[in-house]
Amino acid sequence: MAEIVSLKDAVATLVSDGDSVALEGFTHLIPFAAGHEILRQRRRDLELIRMTPDLLFDQMIGMGAARRLVFSYGGNPGVGSLHRFRDAIENGWPRPIELEEHSHAGMANRYVAGASSLPFAVMRGYAGTDLMERTDVASIACPFTGEQLAAVPALRPDVAIVHAQEADRDGNVQLWGIPGVQKEAVLAASRSLVTVERIVEKLQPRPGGVLLPGWTVSLVAEAPNGSAPSYSLGITERDNDFYRAWDAISRDRDAFLDWMQENVLGGVGAAASAR
Amino acid sequence: MSVTADSSPATSGELQTIVAARRLTDVATVFIGVGRPSTAAILARMVHNPDLVLVYESGTIGAKPFHIPLSIGDGELAQTADAVVSVPEMFNYWIGPGRIDVAFLGAAQVDRYANLNSTVIGDYEKPRTRLPGAGGAPEIAASCGEVVIIAPHTTRTFVERLDFLTTVGHGEGAGSRERLGFRGRGPSAVITDLGILEPDPQSMELTLTQVHDGVSVKRVRDATGWQLAIASEVAVTEPPTEAELSALRELTSR
Repeated sequence: MAEIVSLKDAVATLVSDGDSVALEGFTHLIPFAAGHEILRQRRRDLELIRMTPDLLFDQMIGMGAARRLVFSYGGNPGVGSLHRFRDAIENGWPRPIELEEHSHAGMANRYVAGASSLPFAVMRGYAGTDLMERTDVASIACPFTGEQLAAVPALRPDVAIVHAQEADRDGNVQLWGIPGVQKEAVLAASRSLVTVERIVEKLQPRPGGVLLPGWTVSLVAEAPNGSAPSYSLGITERDNDFYRAWDAISRDRDAFLDWMQENVLGGVGAAASAR
Repeated sequence: MSVTADSSPATSGELQTIVAARRLTDVATVFIGVGRPSTAAILARMVHNPDLVLVYESGTIGAKPFHIPLSIGDGELAQTADAVVSVPEMFNYWIGPGRIDVAFLGAAQVDRYANLNSTVIGDYEKPRTRLPGAGGAPEIAASCGEVVIIAPHTTRTFVERLDFLTTVGHGEGAGSRERLGFRGRGPSAVITDLGILEPDPQSMELTLTQVHDGVSVKRVRDATGWQLAIASEVAVTEPPTEAELSALRELTSR
């Protein structure tokens, strides 16, 4: 059964300098509180993995925590650019960052292969694109029909971190709403942390609920409002105003650093920062 | 919510949205990202096709948003959807097999065969501008029934040569998609703020087939970074109806 510990202890136990760390949540349930705790503990040289880097990785890249980024769509959804992500790639600030980029379908299938403990996943994709030359993908012939398909290598992160609505005292986790690739990320990783909005006595089954039995998760930590400014369906709402405001905060290096110091490194955390 | 009595003429942006919505009159399912495509699809449900099924990349199938969502994963999309599925399921079960009729896509660069760049401007290793990247576009464009591209019409967007080929439209022209094993028919139209480009049925090269009211062919040509092919008869876009424009303005005021 997953042990329930504080967020601080969970990150200290599971995340080391140099690790590959997947923090998933597709627009919904993005684990901001955990990412901020990684920054407060000054973890360095991470390989950060997320399909959609979103504001969370913009912040982590801008603080220089990442040596490498694995991703498929690096934008501020509905708003525009991720300025810290761009500054790192275009200007090497605050440090140069190595990139591995895929399509969404490629990333999703890489997690599926990882969760399945298979070496690769097979899919239709990448054909004819310049991504073929730039990323880890190969052509493979179907052994039955000869059709040419794409093979993408399994993703096996050292650590997967996701956020969910609820866990019980045995560390069984339930999330609902947009499920993204969280289940796949947890099952693909060597170690995992689930932060939750609340610990409950007994999980009530939800329509479309995704259950992660406690024995599939390393550690669970309570982090109320831990997905803000993303959201936890049924409990918190997406802070669209903050997503818009981030454009101006993140455009300037000093304004960004000041904001991070005041709202994240000062220890207040994501919950306060989004208000 | 308030119904606006604004009766000023449609802006070029509004017109582009209205023209995009009209493409959805007779289709069952549409795949959309945020921004103008999403607004157009919601408008289509209001005016042309109340049964239209909206599919967002976040996994929300049959979403019925009342407000225009900021992100593809806004709570309202999940709460109103017929089904909410994981990302692997979205790509492997729904997009890949070609279950979606039409996909709307945008891009920073479009070439004469409707191939798209959303990765970098400049060199890949040392880009002048780093763009968000592929997202779902390559597989969406390969597999959905057809693709409608929505883009602003300038020589920065409509270029002779892409800096990076993120998403294949019609590749190098006729036969390319078949050689690549794609199942969808590919781009059927590019809707811009000046008019509509459609692939020539033989060569698959984008051809100007329609201009919006008051836009000259020369103006479209000047805004295109290659020698744009012009159809023998160029239609003029029907102006927005009262119903279309008032519905769009009411929607954006919500």
